[in-house]
Amino acid sequence: MTVSGFTPLASLVGGALIGLSAVMLMLFQGRIAGISGIVSRLLPPERDGQVAGRIAMVLGLVAAPVAYVTITGTWPVPQIGASAPVLVVAGLLVGFGSVWGNGCTSGHGICGLSRFSLRSAVAVAVFMATAIATVFIARHLL
Amino acid sequence: MSVAIQFLVGLVFGTGLIVAGMADPAKVLAFLDLGAIPGGNWDPSLLFVMAGGIGVTMIGYRLVLGRSRPLLADRFALPPANRPDVRLVTGAALFGIGWGLAGFCPGPALVSVVTGGLPALVFVAAMLIGMALARRLAIRHALPPPLPLPRS
Repeated sequence: MTVSGFTPLASLVGGALIGLSAVMLMLFQGRIAGISGIVSRLLPPERDGQVAGRIAMVLGLVAAPVAYVTITGTWPVPQIGASAPVLVVAGLLVGFGSVWGNGCTSGHGICGLSRFSLRSAVAVAVFMATAIATVFIARHLL
Repeated sequence: MSVAIQFLVGLVFGTGLIVAGMADPAKVLAFLDLGAIPGGNWDPSLLFVMAGGIGVTMIGYRLVLGRSRPLLADRFALPPANRPDVRLVTGAALFGIGWGLAGFCPGPALVSVVTGGLPALVFVAAMLIGMALARRLAIRHALPPPLPLPRS
């Protein structure tokens, strides 16, 4: 997909779908739809009894472009501008930080804020601030 | 049943990310780039994703959490309402730096595994390593302090 600027309606609808999936997971499984938590608990050193469900949810995420192309006829193509070394550093930070801070944009940003969690509000404020600062430094100062 | 539901949850979540434009790092970075506001190139779409997501989740959680238990599990597993601590802030800060560097967070990165080519795979591999490192370190931190040796 190309950045065609501001997409308020599509983004609102897409956000509502994300919310729907979070509500579904709470209704059926009683759990928070935090992607970092679901993925990281598949990794060593320990696992719980939810392995099959976690793998299924990850596969659902991976398969989402197939659902999208089936409905719309176009493949969503992400534009990834970062170089390989930057992607490695970014990936390590995102992975480490989301586990260390108990959540990412989904768990804290959507689910936590919807539960009026103070921890999530603090986490969202902090990661928004450091992300905005990082982009500002990378694009306007370097 | 439970596994099928969770596949569907992932599918709906991922499709929502794509529809919202959030599976594209370029669009996420266009939101995070507040320096583009003076030039008129800032993209506030992510705020609408948050509004749609939080709006539906807030109402849905209110209805669902009024039940005595979930449909396919014994109880609701909600995170404890602890106070924010140094670890939360440190983790969120590092997460934000990584998010700002590439425009990827965990959900969109996984959605891009099929469509994003090698760069997406590189990011996901590094992300999984970072998660495993944090889990190893967290478990070490969570160990109780060693008991004092009994005096003999």
